[in-house]
Amino acid sequence: MKRIFFLDGSGPPFGHMLLALGGYLGGFDGNFLWNRIGAEYSSNVPVWSLRLLPALTGALSVPMAYQILSELGFSHCAAMGAALLMLIENALITQSRLMLLESVLIFFNLLAVLSYLKFSNSQKQRPFSPSWWFWLTLTGVACSCAVGVKYVGVFTYLLVLAVAGVHAWHLIGDRSLSNVSVLCHLLARAAALLVVPAAMYLLFFYVHLSLVYRSGPHDQIMSSAFQASLEGGLARITQGQPLEVAYGSQVTLKNVFGKPVPCWLHSHQSTYPMIYENGRGSSHQQQVTCYPFKDVNNWWIVKDPGRHQLVVSNPPRPVRHGDVVQLVHGMTTRFLNTHDVAAPLNPHSQEVSCYVDYNISMPSQNLWRLDIVNRDSDAGVWKTILSEVRLVHVNTSAVLKLSGAHLPDWGFRQLEVVGEKLSRGYHESTVWNVEEHRYGKSQEQKEREVELHSPTQMDVHRNLSFLARFLELQWRMLTAKSDGSEHKYSSSPLDWVTLDTSIAYWLHPRTSAQIHLLGNVVIWASASLATVVYTLLFFWYLLRRRRKICDLPEDSWLRWVLAGALCAGGWAVNYVPFFLMEKTLFLYHYLPALTFQILLLPVVLQHISDHLCRTQLLRSLFSALLVAWYSCACHVFNTLRPLTYGDKSLSPSELKALRWKDSWDILIRKY
Amino acid sequence: MLCATSRLLAARTATALPAQPRGRGPGARCRRRELHFPGHPELDLNDFLTGWDETHFGKMGSYYINRTFFFDVHPPLGKMLIGLAGYLSGYDGTFLFQKPGDKYEHHNYMGMRGFCAFLGSLLVPFAYLIVLELSNSLPAALLTAALLTFDTGCLTLSQYILLDPILMFFIMAAMLSMVKYNSCANRPFSAPWWFWLSLTGINLAGALGVKFVGLFIILQVGWNTISDLWHLFGDLSLSVVTVGKHLTARILCLIVLPLTLYTATYAVHFMVLNKSGPGDGFFSSAFQARLSGNNLHNASIPEHLAYGSVITVKNLRMAIGYLHSHRHLYPEGIGARQQQVTTYLHKDYNNLWIIKKHNTNAGLCVLDGCKCPTPPNPYPLDPSLPVEFVRHGDIIRLEHKETSRNLHSHYHEAPLTRKHYQVTGYGINGTGDSNDFWRIEVVNRKFGNRIKVLRSRIRLIHLVTGCVLGSSGKVLPKWGWEQLEVTCTPYLKETLNSIWNVEDHINPKLPNISLDVLQPSFPEVLLESHMVMIRGNNGLKPKDNEFTSKPWHWPVNYQGLRFSGINDTDFRVYLLGNPVVWWLNLLSIALYLLLGSIIAVAVQRGAHLPAEVEGLSQVLLRGGGQLLLGWILHYFPFFLMGRILYFHHYFPAMLFSSMLTGILWDTLLRLWAWSLASSSLARGLYVVGNLSLLLGTAYSFYLFHPLAYGMVGPLAQDPRSPMAGLRWLESWDF
Repeated sequence: MKRIFFLDGSGPPFGHMLLALGGYLGGFDGNFLWNRIGAEYSSNVPVWSLRLLPALTGALSVPMAYQILSELGFSHCAAMGAALLMLIENALITQSRLMLLESVLIFFNLLAVLSYLKFSNSQKQRPFSPSWWFWLTLTGVACSCAVGVKYVGVFTYLLVLAVAGVHAWHLIGDRSLSNVSVLCHLLARAAALLVVPAAMYLLFFYVHLSLVYRSGPHDQIMSSAFQASLEGGLARITQGQPLEVAYGSQVTLKNVFGKPVPCWLHSHQSTYPMIYENGRGSSHQQQVTCYPFKDVNNWWIVKDPGRHQLVVSNPPRPVRHGDVVQLVHGMTTRFLNTHDVAAPLNPHSQEVSCYVDYNISMPSQNLWRLDIVNRDSDAGVWKTILSEVRLVHVNTSAVLKLSGAHLPDWGFRQLEVVGEKLSRGYHESTVWNVEEHRYGKSQEQKEREVELHSPTQMDVHRNLSFLARFLELQWRMLTAKSDGSEHKYSSSPLDWVTLDTSIAYWLHPRTSAQIHLLGNVVIWASASLATVVYTLLFFWYLLRRRRKICDLPEDSWLRWVLAGALCAGGWAVNYVPFFLMEKTLFLYHYLPALTFQILLLPVVLQHISDHLCRTQLLRSLFSALLVAWYSCACHVFNTLRPLTYGDKSLSPSELKALRWKDSWDILIRKY
Repeated sequence: MLCATSRLLAARTATALPAQPRGRGPGARCRRRELHFPGHPELDLNDFLTGWDETHFGKMGSYYINRTFFFDVHPPLGKMLIGLAGYLSGYDGTFLFQKPGDKYEHHNYMGMRGFCAFLGSLLVPFAYLIVLELSNSLPAALLTAALLTFDTGCLTLSQYILLDPILMFFIMAAMLSMVKYNSCANRPFSAPWWFWLSLTGINLAGALGVKFVGLFIILQVGWNTISDLWHLFGDLSLSVVTVGKHLTARILCLIVLPLTLYTATYAVHFMVLNKSGPGDGFFSSAFQARLSGNNLHNASIPEHLAYGSVITVKNLRMAIGYLHSHRHLYPEGIGARQQQVTTYLHKDYNNLWIIKKHNTNAGLCVLDGCKCPTPPNPYPLDPSLPVEFVRHGDIIRLEHKETSRNLHSHYHEAPLTRKHYQVTGYGINGTGDSNDFWRIEVVNRKFGNRIKVLRSRIRLIHLVTGCVLGSSGKVLPKWGWEQLEVTCTPYLKETLNSIWNVEDHINPKLPNISLDVLQPSFPEVLLESHMVMIRGNNGLKPKDNEFTSKPWHWPVNYQGLRFSGINDTDFRVYLLGNPVVWWLNLLSIALYLLLGSIIAVAVQRGAHLPAEVEGLSQVLLRGGGQLLLGWILHYFPFFLMGRILYFHHYFPAMLFSSMLTGILWDTLLRLWAWSLASSSLARGLYVVGNLSLLLGTAYSFYLFHPLAYGMVGPLAQDPRSPMAGLRWLESWDF
């Protein structure tokens, strides 16, 4: 909104962009801190327009449910049933009333399924007509939007792709079509279902990156080069740095891996303790650590081992790949050194220190060979920000590495830096890049200290290409690790089916009006039951058909299979993957799966009444049961209404009565 | 030495006399590895070095021989076989296997190594037979056999005492018997049919019994069986009864038989290992009572819990451990900064707790004026006073013996399970506050009953908040030493997580009673050991900032694994696939996918293929399809695994992809030869193509054989090294 860069692990930027668009149209200036749940919106926040989009999409899901079922070839009654069930599902209502992305995701999921159905129905009549093209393209667009809102949308996309793939395979087998027309069909599908979504997805990021050009709170995770491309933040410092690192350059070195926290190579006056807690000895030389904050002690000077001066000659002599350099710590003028002494926390690696000459038989070993990982040629120059380098120790061929362990108190809880002897291949924790850089001018220690304290300046500008930025952002988003800690309202996927969990969204500051994410118990239970019934019936029919006993006529069998593939399949693909995910899960993750399950419910019901109720009497009995069941669902909806809308304050006893399960966290005020 | 045809000799004869020696069929050829490195007499000393994981599995072999109980994340069959081989060959189980590179000295290890090498060498004839069965083409089978013979990776892996050769042996044997029984399908219920079917089952049990990776071959066989049954079911000429017979036969041979065998291996495992050893603490109290040498074996401890007793409290859920505390505080920001309370799997002094009355500070000092003993005195008991037993429903305090802090809970979030309350150690020298009071309850008992050690299932209910002491089973981060979280759950659901039993019980004033109560039934033991293994497997997580092998590295042979030796003066063995073989495999998979989809589309479009092409495409789609499925099943699941992965995990998949390569190239050459007009030219092309593939792999083996047989001298980047110029990828570090 304020064009500040941010990073969200759960999804690409499209959903947030849509919300922001709503706010922008409503005149929201972005000056509201979203930090406390239940805080009053101040007058300048157009809550209405911010919440409009989720509400709209949530509302549109209802008619779409109707459309999907009628496109699947089921009766108006069944389609109406689906829409009505969606209408009285408390969880969906709660979710779409607030400024949340689930309802948008569900909308696009349904849209993708619906437009694919429309497309495949028009396939039979008029292929390559405008409406055929329209629905095909819309499928692709809706899929990419779903993926763009949240990554879980990818499961629906895969489902649609799979169904399209099966249909295409039948098309290939259709001998009445000529080879050319089959090829045209396949190409059209590939373009609409593969190329269009990919292009849309890129477009989202393009818009995202061009809107969000200021630096923000999540900068630190990204690489220096990425940060430098954002306005403010690092770019303010790095703007105008010299590009090529030369002998005599003053630099800060940032670790590329940056885990557990991004940090810079650091040293300070303190030395390693003579004897560690576990009795091992150290070299007692000056500590070298990795420090997650900007500090004057992060400055290092690149020195040519053959010369004495610490200033940049004129013209500057750039450092190249394979050169042997020394690194001098700016504030203490000591040399970066490693030797065959076990590191404090990783005894298998070498200790890295700044060499202090105690006049004992421990010579200084301070030569490092520069290995530029992403060099263009073997004579590549070491570039600020852009070059990723490894520092290989000349004597022991150990590699400077961030071990990721926190030193104890004597090391001020900073991160340990070691020399890795067994460097098996490439790992990002051994790679460093120059972040801040300037040419050193003063030979005298005092002057140099002053110089180190002063901010850098000069003038060169550089930009990353969109594609490079896109790839990096994408990679970071996919690998961004959630902290894995458990939230109070988090739950496991097993709890979802039985609705053993709830989420409290809001509690009125004074009264006990509150909003909870709670589903309509009747619908959840019967939807799960319908899934089981469908599966059993499906396998029963399948086995019977294999023995050439057809209970169903061919067309209604095909309809039954397609409905199952989309609805039961949609439920499965949106549910099962959560078992494999290691992030914190909430009840609302189940809602997309639930929507598909609700669609399946009328399918099964109509099937039972059409094919399994043989006599008229049974059929009317079944309809009566249905009416009773539906009114029961309505009743539950009405009972849970106060928790869904949060518009009525309930007394503690009423709230207690609503707490049907022990695990529902309904908040009861103690007065 | 042991082997009639030494590997090196084989390689040399192969270069000299191409297809000739192959022609006899690898089945007859002994492929025992040169366990004594005959080519390098100057390295005799190094023969006795242990290599890499050998320390691990060799040690476990020793455990079997010494009959001490241990714990490992893999099922026991593989280690049992190693132990058996060692036993039969006269190894006495005394070698310590402490770290890689130790010398064997006088210990007799040849039996164990020879056994693994023998199984590893059987892979070649198995692959040969499988491909022959699938494709009916001798050249394809020969090519496959050559690929595996000349692969340095397979060779290195089967030189040592490892589980992998055993695992691969069973996988290939299962595959072979499955293929054989498929070809018996036209004579159902005949003797060979039964034989191959049950052999498949036996091998499946073997594969699963060595490592859980054996599950993938079970999936493959399962898939094959289901599709087979599906065909039979669709065949209307067979009655439903016949199909039922087929189904029963398969259930018997492929489910019941393997399960029985698998359970039997565990039965043997538990029978052999009847002495207490390093693996005890992972298991429940009942389990430990089985092991001689454990302090619970033939235990004699006071039967009823009394005030002042020193006890250990164990969670009833499997693999959770003892209630534990230590002198470390919860870090800042995580609840109150008080002493941590965790559960811990190993036996430790910090697991000891003293049980006290809630209203007095020390055991039975109820009389006024009684100075409470200072905590260093472990038994705060006045011998003159009578013993008072703890009863169901009593309100007690649990004092941690080492630190004298009370078990405490309060309204703070627990560190990981945010819905629960935090449990801490609180108070100084046993003086705390009312949050230290717990009500002790026995599950399903009436009030007033005494509490029995080991047998009573107890719950501890916090008096103030009304929550129940439990363990969530989640692993705390580094600050908690990766022990398990203890919480107080406000939900009174009865789960095993919140039920405990008293295990050790020390009270000098009570008479010891021999408890011969705890004989767990075999199914319980079986289930428990599986739970512990799964937990152990999940615990093998890689840390950040560590070099780990990624699954995508494997098929491209990106990086090997050092078996022994690092520096240029060491004797180095490096596990790396023969790059020519591996890259050929990779290329073949891509080619196969391309060719396979072209043929499939052509068939779907109803194109009429000539009879010969028809036959070839059938071989390619059917036989190749099975092998491709095998490769997929043995490779892709690793992408989803969170545990730490190694290069050698790819080898089962590599076997499948080598077989696929054999079939694919043979088919390709035949297709090509067929498309040529003249028959003599076609023949020539076919022969030359096959020969060049065979010779190419043989020559590449000649180049790379030092990787497996060991090398000394400078590292490969040095031009003086014998391996100079062979470091084709920078990531290979030999």
